Amino acid sequence: MTISKRRVGAIFRKELHEYRRNGNIIYAMLVLPLVFLIQPVVQVFTLSASASSGLRHEHSLLYLLAIPALVPAALAAYSLVGERLQGTLEPVLSTPVRREELMIGKALAAFVPAVVVSYFVFGLFVAIVELFAQPGIAPALVQGPELIAQVVFTPLLAIWSIWVGMAVSARTRDPRTAAQLSILVSLPTVAITSLLALGVIPAILPVAAGFGAGVLVLDRLGLRMATAIFDRERLVTSAK
Amino acid sequence: MALELEMSLAKPATASNEVRPADAALSVHGLTKRFGERVAYEDVSFDVGCGEIFGFLGPNGAGKTSTVRTLGTLIAPTSGSATVAGVPLTPENGETIRHRVAIMPETPGLYLRLSVEENLSCFADLYEVDDPADRIEHALRAVGLADRAKDACGSLSKGLRQCTALARALLSDPELLFLDEPTSGLDPAAARDVHDLIRELRRRGTTIFLTTHRLAEAEQLCDRVAILNRTLRTIGPPEELRDRMFAHTLVVRVRRPLSSPGPTFSSLPSVDAWQEDACGSYLLTVSDPDVAAPATTRALVAAGADVMSISESQHSLEDVYLEFVDTDKEVERS
Repeated sequence: MTISKRRVGAIFRKELHEYRRNGNIIYAMLVLPLVFLIQPVVQVFTLSASASSGLRHEHSLLYLLAIPALVPAALAAYSLVGERLQGTLEPVLSTPVRREELMIGKALAAFVPAVVVSYFVFGLFVAIVELFAQPGIAPALVQGPELIAQVVFTPLLAIWSIWVGMAVSARTRDPRTAAQLSILVSLPTVAITSLLALGVIPAILPVAAGFGAGVLVLDRLGLRMATAIFDRERLVTSAK
Repeated sequence: MALELEMSLAKPATASNEVRPADAALSVHGLTKRFGERVAYEDVSFDVGCGEIFGFLGPNGAGKTSTVRTLGTLIAPTSGSATVAGVPLTPENGETIRHRVAIMPETPGLYLRLSVEENLSCFADLYEVDDPADRIEHALRAVGLADRAKDACGSLSKGLRQCTALARALLSDPELLFLDEPTSGLDPAAARDVHDLIRELRRRGTTIFLTTHRLAEAEQLCDRVAILNRTLRTIGPPEELRDRMFAHTLVVRVRRPLSSPGPTFSSLPSVDAWQEDACGSYLLTVSDPDVAAPATTRALVAAGADVMSISESQHSLEDVYLEFVDTDKEVERS
């Protein structure tokens, strides 16, 4: 099967144009990550310098992995059901575009801003810690392995979250239901990252490797799952 | 509206009732679509010739849009077969067919936050057209929107959105163009512009499959029409359908009622029957108006009547349509 880069690019550019001109999407993309930033920032400011030794056994940065797990889910969940409601999906489906091309174009359009926002928020947090935290807190909190984990897991989690959102979007009739369902389905990954952050699951290399391999497999299966669920007839007619 | 589409000239339209399979842009045999227990349309068969404007009429829920969606490979038929733009309608051929046809749905379905140009640019890439900027410019000029290219679609009137959707459908220079209610919601001037554009497209060889509720529009534009009400009720050129369904009628008006109309009308050539319609007005059912009208005039003058007018009563496509639809309603009720 050959994928047309031009058609994927057309969908991708169109989606980005729409995001750029839709204030609600921009606010939604920024507000949720900032909410996730509040708790760690407050925690950092309340920590005294003597707390740094205890922090070396915590992994608070991993808490921010919830952002790539949740932000793209909301975007992807709207992608098909939203277009269907606007009546713009039928003209697109009438063109030679293949379902894989449509899905990849829309997935890329959710992936790029979600990853950019996630890295930006993470960078912002690290900058706040480095600039304003008590002496000793920054080196204890910002550790090399966690930085690497953040960089590696952000795209992996975002991709899974996108496929889930798009699969839900292809099967629901209402954007709000789609957003709620896709966030609900993304919660298990958020739970795992939260348990790692809280130290309930030990944040050690074998665990990270296993978790990474698992998400990678899910990412690969995700496109197949989403395209299998995608049904041109169902999307056009809203038939059950 | 400027008509400056630069597309290849093809064969002229056919107006005959029969389309040879080799000439068919669209060939449909026993096509049926069911959604569960509900029948959208059933056992539909027809051919559409290359370069023809084919009208597809029917009441709401008759299955017109479902037929268009099936032929545009958006939904799969339950049974039957079809060849669309020379390609058999199968799931594997969906992409090939969609390359050769374009569908303009009833609602324009434009991205309202994007400009006209951005909308068309997206679709030019989806169709992978060569030289997209040039095609967009031509399509916009064809629908008279060249000066609105940078405007957001959300700022356009309903009519202009419809024109933008039409420009979008023209981008790929389709062999077969499905127009679903193209003048719905347009004012008479805008509708006339769309009609002119449709005629121009036909002149350039594009086959047009037009679904509409505007029967005058179908009568004016279409070489042939089909009336669908879940099943195909009739098909043919509009004038032939009228002749097939309704006898020719002469309406005769005289200043004063005739004292003995029976002897005056009964013996006339080509007059099959007559009846008094109102005071001094008579309806004559005739087999050949060209023979009956002069003979009637002579007979009335000979009878001493003051003839006010003799005219042929014209049945429209609307009469044909209503005859079928009303009959179907009566059958459903009984």
